[in-house]
Amino acid sequence: MRTIKEINEKIRSGEVVVVTAEEVIDLARRKGIKRAAQEIDVVTTGTFGPMCSSGAFFNIGHSKPRIKLGGGVCKLNDVPAYTGFAAVDIYLGATALPDDDPRNKVYPGEFKYGGAHVIQELVAGCDVRLEAASYGTDCYPRKKLETLINLKDLNEAVLFNIRNCYQNYNVAVNLSDKIIHTYMGTLKPNLGNANYCSAGQLSPLLKDPFYRTIGIGTKIFLGGGIGYVAWQGTQHNPGVPRSDNGVPRYPAGTLSVIGDLKQMNSQWLVGTSLLGYGASLVVGIGVPIPVLDEETLKYAALSDEDIYAQIVDYGESYPQCTPGSLGEVNYAQLKSGKITVQARQVPTGGFSSYSKALEIAEELKSWIKKGEFLLTEPVAYLPGADSGYKFKPLVERPIV
Amino acid sequence: MISKRIVLHFPHRLVDQPIVYKLVKDFDLKFNILKAYVTPQEEGLMVLELSGKKENFAKGVEYLESSGVRIQPLSQDVIRDESKCTHCGACVPICPTDALILDQRTRKVEFHSNKCIACELCVKVCPTRAMEVRF
Repeated sequence: MRTIKEINEKIRSGEVVVVTAEEVIDLARRKGIKRAAQEIDVVTTGTFGPMCSSGAFFNIGHSKPRIKLGGGVCKLNDVPAYTGFAAVDIYLGATALPDDDPRNKVYPGEFKYGGAHVIQELVAGCDVRLEAASYGTDCYPRKKLETLINLKDLNEAVLFNIRNCYQNYNVAVNLSDKIIHTYMGTLKPNLGNANYCSAGQLSPLLKDPFYRTIGIGTKIFLGGGIGYVAWQGTQHNPGVPRSDNGVPRYPAGTLSVIGDLKQMNSQWLVGTSLLGYGASLVVGIGVPIPVLDEETLKYAALSDEDIYAQIVDYGESYPQCTPGSLGEVNYAQLKSGKITVQARQVPTGGFSSYSKALEIAEELKSWIKKGEFLLTEPVAYLPGADSGYKFKPLVERPIV
Repeated sequence: MISKRIVLHFPHRLVDQPIVYKLVKDFDLKFNILKAYVTPQEEGLMVLELSGKKENFAKGVEYLESSGVRIQPLSQDVIRDESKCTHCGACVPICPTDALILDQRTRKVEFHSNKCIACELCVKVCPTRAMEVRF
C-alpha cells in the first residue's frame, strides 16, 4: 500500500495523516479497516510506566591530572555508578541506591532516592555531586576526585535501557493473608486489589504484535527526545500464547532503547520510589507505526477489549516462580475499576499512566505532522513469534 | 446541621485538658476522631469530623480558639503536588474513602480532599511521592 519512503515524502510535504493509537480504534470502526488504512499513514503509540532496566552512560571528561575511574569507585549524589570501563565512562542504573540507604531493613523500605532520581535531576539541569576514588597509574596518577557535574558539560550522556516497553504484563494480586509491597505496587491481602501495568491499546508492541514495523533502528520518542530501538530487550519472549487476533496474552516482546539524554525532558523521565521494592525510572516512550498495509492497520486498531492479560498471585506464585494464572482479563475490564477474580469483585489500580501515554502519542503525532520527525526503516527485525527465541529460567548448578 | 473535617493543634499547656469532652457536653456536637497523636514537640494533634447544629458548631469553634487550640480545615493539610502526579493510579485501590479516584473519561486520578480522612496510606504508595500531609 505504501512504503516508509513514501510516508516520509508526505511528512516533508506536510500531507501526512497521523492519528494516535487511541484515535485509530474509532476511525477503523467507523470507516472499516480498508478505508482507514488507505487514509491513515502513521499511528502513534505511547507508554509511561516504571522501567527498572533503565540507566545512562556518561563520559565526564578528563580531570587534570587524570584519573582512571575504571576499576575504581564512583558515586553521583551518593548513588554508586558502574565504573568498569575506560578512564571516564560510567554507567548509572535506575535502581542503584546509596550505600547507606536502609533498603528493607526497616520494612517496607521507602527508597526515596536512587539512580533514577539522579538521572531525573541531571535532565532537569541540576548540578550533581560526583565523588570518585581509584588506584592511580603512571598515566592516570590521580586517586581522588570530588566535583559538581552538570549534564550540559558532559561529553556524552546516553540513556541506554536494556529492557523497556514490555508487550503486555501480568495483573498482580495477593492471595496471601498479609499485605505485600511489590514492583507492581502495594497489594492488599486476600485479593484486596489488582494492579496492572500497561498502556493497553496505546502500548507500542501491543499495536504491532508481530513486530512487522518496529525493529532494530526504529526511531522513537524517548524521554521527550529522539531515541532508537537498539536491540530486542532482555527477556524478549515472542513465542508466548497469543489470542486469535495475534496479541500475546502473557508478557512477550521487549525493546532495548537508546537516546541522547541531553535532548530529554525531566517530565518524561521520572525517578520513582516503589515502597518495599526499590527505586525505578518511569520512561516516556512513543513509537510510530507506519501503516504499510491493511494488516498493519488491523493490528494498530486493536482496542482494550481485544487485549488480554493474566492475573498472577504475587503472594506465592510469582516469588516462588511457580507457573499459574488465576484467569484472564482484558484492559477494558481493568480500566473499568473492578475485575472479578475467584468470583470476587476486586478493585484495580494502574501503575502505568494512560493519560501521560496519550500525551506522548499526541506529542509524537505533532512532531510528525510538523515535519520534525521522519520515520526509519528497521535495519533488522526483532526475533518473531515463530523464531524459537525464548526467555529461559536459570538452571542452577552446584559449584564443585 | 453542619459537618466538617478539621485539624486541631493543641499547645503543650492544653494537652492534659478534656477539650473535646466540652464540645459534646456544652455545645452538643458529635465528633469522630480520625487521627490523634502527640508530636515530638509535645503538641497535641487531632483530626476530627465534627458535626452539629450550625450555631453550636460556630460556638464550639469559638470555644476551641479561645482556649488556644489552632484550627484548620483538613483539606489544607493533605495536598497533591500536581507537578509530581503522573496519574498512574497506584493510589486508587489503596485509598479507603474513594478520595482518590480515576476519572473514566480523562483517565486522570482525581483527588477529592473533602473525602480524605488523612490516613496517609497514599503517601508512601505513590511512586513519585506526590501526596503530602503537612499537619
